[in-house]
Amino acid sequence: MSLQVRARWAERGLDVDLDLPPGRHAVTGPNGAGKSSLLAILAGLARADDSRVVLDGRPLDDLPPHRRRVVLMSQAGQLFPHLDVRDNVAFGPRSHGRGRRESRAAAEHWLDVVGMSDFADRRPSRLSGGQAARVALARALAAEPDALLLDEPLAALDVEATPAMRAVLSRVTHEREDLVVVLVTHDVLDVLTVADGPTDTLTVLGQQVEHGPVRQVLEHPRSDFTAGLAGLNLLRAEATPGGGAIAGDLDIATGPHEVAGPCWVTFTPDAVSLHHDHPEGSPRNVWQGRVSRVEAHAGRVRVWLETPFAMSAEVTPAALAALPLRPGDTVWVSVKASQVRVHPAAVS
Amino acid sequence: MKPPVWLWIPASGAILVVVLPLLGLLSSVDVGSLWPLLTSEASVTALLLSLRTSLAATALCIVLGAPLALLLARGSWRGQSTLRALVLVPLVLPPVVGGLALLTTFGRRGLIGEHLVAAGLSISYSTTAVVLAQTFVALPFLVLSLEGAVRGLDRRQEEAAATLGASPWRRLTRVTLPLVAPGLLSGSVLAFARALGEFGATLTFAGSAQGRTRTLPLEIYLQREVDPDAAIALSLVLVVLATVIVGSVYARTTRAAA
Repeated sequence: MSLQVRARWAERGLDVDLDLPPGRHAVTGPNGAGKSSLLAILAGLARADDSRVVLDGRPLDDLPPHRRRVVLMSQAGQLFPHLDVRDNVAFGPRSHGRGRRESRAAAEHWLDVVGMSDFADRRPSRLSGGQAARVALARALAAEPDALLLDEPLAALDVEATPAMRAVLSRVTHEREDLVVVLVTHDVLDVLTVADGPTDTLTVLGQQVEHGPVRQVLEHPRSDFTAGLAGLNLLRAEATPGGGAIAGDLDIATGPHEVAGPCWVTFTPDAVSLHHDHPEGSPRNVWQGRVSRVEAHAGRVRVWLETPFAMSAEVTPAALAALPLRPGDTVWVSVKASQVRVHPAAVS
Repeated sequence: MKPPVWLWIPASGAILVVVLPLLGLLSSVDVGSLWPLLTSEASVTALLLSLRTSLAATALCIVLGAPLALLLARGSWRGQSTLRALVLVPLVLPPVVGGLALLTTFGRRGLIGEHLVAAGLSISYSTTAVVLAQTFVALPFLVLSLEGAVRGLDRRQEEAAATLGASPWRRLTRVTLPLVAPGLLSGSVLAFARALGEFGATLTFAGSAQGRTRTLPLEIYLQREVDPDAAIALSLVLVVLATVIVGSVYARTTRAAA
């Protein structure tokens, strides 16, 4: 199964040509770059000025949405309010001509996969945002799509529900090897936790489309948007139950968390302080590093560093004046534990 | 935020305009002779004819009007807004004019009626004519209510159903119609109420033959000349029916909005 799409839609600022193998593919970009429009074209819900979509060798352009086997899960989930959770999930199989009993069995299976079996008899109005998102995901998978389109599936969730849903999303999209998953997101963590396979890609829509393996796109940003997206400092680590994380022989102090096992450790560039000498004071992460690059960005200065791992710091021009930095200079870097966040990573 | 208190002064005038006549009607009801008047043969015949024809007209409105409402609400096609305006004409047209229009079309010497008579079918001055006249005036109520309900629907629900594999027919019957059911119901109830109260078009197009075309409003008008007490008793029936109908629809819509 693979998905090729070539689409040009001037009104929506979209001009792409992608060839996506089975696996998970993240799509991001600034507002108005045509992310949702791309999904609508793939699903057959909108027509571009010029487009060609081929799924598994099957041209889709002349097929109506219900014959494409391309399922779109939108941000709000769009569960049917007049059906209970089980019948919502059974809707796909029923639409494909399956019997009532067989469809309900399929629904029970997918509800179990997303951990929502206990809610089968509920109406969608009695679900929380996180629960509704899981049911919407189960409903999409139960329709047995060849391509699954996810339009910001985590954007509407509250902070507590997001990590759990991200973990479910990562797990279920890894279970079917022949499935093409296209995930539209704003969050680099979604990209890293879902599109983490060797053939998975990241596409950044915009004036100049950036496309390629996730790491490569993030490490060689060609637009401000991608630079900002990649600007988050992150490190693959093992979470220590109760707090902290370990990356290789590096012991990282973090904010309190409840993650165990593989994780992403993240902190923003402006959480990083730079010093001349070894800083004193409260428990912090303190590393010695070397400046590799300095760039001014809209009134702020971004400093790229090689500490035990690559990171960037954002400081004010005044701070830079007090602490002259040139590529090659050695500095001390500190990050407050409370500014360091831990997110569960997919087990691959 | 509350509106200014003095608005109650003109508003009470409005309430009086509506409620006072109803009170006047109620006050002139002769309670003692109410039951015999209501159960007289002419009254029962007229009431039953009204209920039968109004139900038939409502069914016709649903069968013909619901598809039209769905088409008007969705998509954009040539002549869409013109057609919508045309469907609304019976709403603002004097019913007598509507009746004349029907007569010149379906009457014995009418545009289409001529050919129908030749084929052995005569519509005017028959119960069919009553149903046709009621459908003519009631249709806009159903189309307007349902079109509004469909327009208010989140289109993404139907899009989700489509990408899950639902054909257009399955989307309509399993998603769209269940979601607009309250709008369809209130539209049908309003159409039924309008059909029940229909007078002018019926009299013009169908006449006033007892048991065949003389519906309750026609019977009331007729009785007014000969037996005012009977007319008032029958009017009371229509007032009660109208109140129950409006009450049921209004209670539904305010509950849905809450």
